[in-house]
Amino acid sequence: MSSLAGKIQDAFQEPGCDKNQGKSEKERKKGCTKQLQPGAAAGGCAFDGAKIALQPFTDVAHLVHGPIACEGNSWDNRGALSSGPQLYRTSFTTDMNEHDVVFGGEKRLYKSIKEIVEKYAPPAVFVYQTCVPAMIGDDIEAVCKAATAKFGTPVIPVNSPGFVGPKNLGNKLASAALLDHVIGTREPEFTTPCDINIIGEYNLAGELWQVKPLLDELGIRILSCISGDARYNEVAASHRARANMMVCSKAMISVARKMEEHWGIPFFEGSFYGIGDMSDSLRQIAKLLVERGAPPDLLERTERVVEREEAKAWAGIAEYKARLLGKKVLLITGGVKSWSVVAALQEGGMEVVGTSVKKSTPEDKERIKELMGEDAHMIDNLAPREMYAMLRDAQADIMLSGGRTQFVALKAKMPWLDINQERHHAYAGYAGMVALVREIDKSLSSPVWEQVRRAAPWDQANTIPFARVA
Amino acid sequence: MAAIVKSTKSCTVNPLKMSQPVGAALAFLGLRGCMPLFHGSQGCTSFGLVLFVRHFREAIPLQTTAMSEVATVLGGIENVEQAILNISKRAKPEIIGICSTGVTEIKGDDVDGFLRTIRAKHPELDGTALVFVSTPDFKDAFQDGWAKTVTTLIEQVCEDGPSTRTDPRRINVLPGAHVTPGDIDELRNIFEDFGLEPIFLPDLSGSLDGHIPDDFTPTTLGGASLEEIRTCNQASWTVAIGEQMRPCALALEEKTGVPYVLFDRLTGLGPCDELMSFLSGASGLPVPVKYRRLRSQLVDAMLDGHFFFGGKKVAIGAEPDLLWSLGSFFAEMGCTLEAAVTTTESFRLEALPIEEVLIGDLEDLERRAEGCDLLVTHSHGRQAAERLGIPFFRAGLPIFDRLGAGHMVSVGYRGTRDLIFQVGNLLMAAEHQAVPDTWRTTPEDGATRPGPVLSEFVTKESP
Repeated sequence: MSSLAGKIQDAFQEPGCDKNQGKSEKERKKGCTKQLQPGAAAGGCAFDGAKIALQPFTDVAHLVHGPIACEGNSWDNRGALSSGPQLYRTSFTTDMNEHDVVFGGEKRLYKSIKEIVEKYAPPAVFVYQTCVPAMIGDDIEAVCKAATAKFGTPVIPVNSPGFVGPKNLGNKLASAALLDHVIGTREPEFTTPCDINIIGEYNLAGELWQVKPLLDELGIRILSCISGDARYNEVAASHRARANMMVCSKAMISVARKMEEHWGIPFFEGSFYGIGDMSDSLRQIAKLLVERGAPPDLLERTERVVEREEAKAWAGIAEYKARLLGKKVLLITGGVKSWSVVAALQEGGMEVVGTSVKKSTPEDKERIKELMGEDAHMIDNLAPREMYAMLRDAQADIMLSGGRTQFVALKAKMPWLDINQERHHAYAGYAGMVALVREIDKSLSSPVWEQVRRAAPWDQANTIPFARVA
Repeated sequence: MAAIVKSTKSCTVNPLKMSQPVGAALAFLGLRGCMPLFHGSQGCTSFGLVLFVRHFREAIPLQTTAMSEVATVLGGIENVEQAILNISKRAKPEIIGICSTGVTEIKGDDVDGFLRTIRAKHPELDGTALVFVSTPDFKDAFQDGWAKTVTTLIEQVCEDGPSTRTDPRRINVLPGAHVTPGDIDELRNIFEDFGLEPIFLPDLSGSLDGHIPDDFTPTTLGGASLEEIRTCNQASWTVAIGEQMRPCALALEEKTGVPYVLFDRLTGLGPCDELMSFLSGASGLPVPVKYRRLRSQLVDAMLDGHFFFGGKKVAIGAEPDLLWSLGSFFAEMGCTLEAAVTTTESFRLEALPIEEVLIGDLEDLERRAEGCDLLVTHSHGRQAAERLGIPFFRAGLPIFDRLGAGHMVSVGYRGTRDLIFQVGNLLMAAEHQAVPDTWRTTPEDGATRPGPVLSEFVTKESP
């Protein structure tokens, strides 16, 4: 068994994931993702998933080892923001050619690392494996090891070629790379009893910054965020945190669980989406920290902040509630986002007429049922044609989904809001929920809908204005 | 005479190039009722899809054979078969355009052989065209994939030999990958004004021009039909746009006997004049009055605009035919071409008025653009332009941070006129106003005093 196969099996064995633990030994071996249907598949590959999870490391050089397709077709297309370094937005790829394919790409990879270290002097280089070099047998782990020794800069192999599986598996393999090569390799300059890590938050559109000011106010230090607005050295020293928060469903659970196993850092799963979820998360962070020696008055101070911010957010949402009351929303997204966004929409007076559960765990589905009632309309896999029909027939007033399906709504001349990783608006925390409701309102109340749905007057023969009467 | 030089770096930084299969997919997207299909891992498709969605702001039909690691090693015939069956069941396309990728090429999947087997096994697919193009990711670039697809379509779909029903008014037009849907609309109008009937292959103006279909369509919304490709032999002429299309035009000529004429660019007064002469000859009609006016407007725009272009140093990164077209345009407006970076070989670029054309990336372009007045490339140049602090004109694909990329027009008298206005406005906005120190000699240049005379050092005299 190659080490990659081993890592993939490891990802499927994850004891922190109830979904995996509910399966028999044999089922577990098959992995946690459905076999992809040729000709009817959508979504990214494992490399894409690994890149999404790690690209937000802002000061790292991200080097993609493969032909031009993997990086050339996709770079600078994600909205993870940085408060400082911009190197993560520079694209590096070995752009393998036919010669490399025949004679092996290891030399070009090694030389590429050398050029990057010399020209850009990053604190670390992440090397992403892709299908072509994986197939011809380029050993990126060996090259990275040799380069680390030679150049004195950590060169981290991320062994996640696209064809091993979908995006979600790539998230897991990225986690494995962090655990194997990054976390725990450095010591922080100092620690405080209120140090936490936030795991699985990517700072899309700056969402981390909707949360961080409140933590700052409470004296809670984000020792590292994995990986939104991350610095390499912070994550390398993240094993000294007192508590961990797991944000994005199961994607990076192994990071949290293994940090608990190795360094005794307790973690909880939470969300920054939705007012209630945000408050719960703040309380949980405070509780875990106090249990681990933070000043006990943190709990009381957290309550005061929660109370103040909730009141402010409710007041913010109330301004729109009257206009949004009873509006029907079709929510097409994956995993954790489903239930956390459902709660938020209900807070705004809207009715969720359907939500996708394609990537959700049984737990996620239970929470949706709690929120939407027993006969919640959970959609496993809605074909675009059906989405189009639902919207055209006005079973929904607006669709919230990722960029891929936006034209299904727009071509049906129905409002649509981007809630996926390419989105430009930040929807986390208290401020984010008010922003989401404001965006929905802005979309629904746009004057264009009435105009674009109108047929051209000259298209109806008997209503042509200025027609001469014979 | 420019030397074409390849970058010697091992690491590509900020790629200018995109892969060959996405170029092939775009060509297939210019066919009616088509579903392009990548034979590779699902990521290949997903990246291509997002790229086009962000550029055109349109739904993009593009599927994958979803090759797993095991399937890749064992060979992909089952995945190709299942993909074709699934697509034809769900989307009912008239044509499925299959493009190989890096991994399936390395494995050596014989897709043409697969297709023969699949055809024999599934008579229900008889009404669906299946066209395969070999497009390994590790060779060539975007515009090569596009041209290979057009050549393959001609070879596989077009009828052999001259037609008995040749239509003197019909013209085959083979636009290069850099010709936008807006350009095609403009060209169609021009051809039709001469009473000609142009058939564009591929025709992105039918599929990616951003219109609203009456019902949900899982395949392309429009474009060149199979029937139109089949009957290419009925045309009196083939017009190829861009050097990349020469092999396609030649293939068509060899197969059908339809003669071709190649316009290496259609931006600029000279090339537009040549187009008009050709159309007038081919149609037997004089150039319509309208075009006399449009030509005159272009001449006027050149006169008004040359003040702002003159002496400006321009750095361009683009695929060969677009680089040729834009580079020539800027030179003809009085700019100096300071840096030219491209993605793949093309002898045409040897004629660019610059010492060297580099096959390289946007890092190379950025280094060479230092001290330039204008950066011209696709949207990925935005970071470089910001660092350089110079105006940035977006050209090529992808343009994901501006609206209307598909409707940009730069062909014909009118397209050239409007291009002058767009770029000229950028240059005008960036004109520097003089300040007191603009002409001061600096100490580095030998000045004995560093700055203005300071009042405390002046010997004051009473008036």
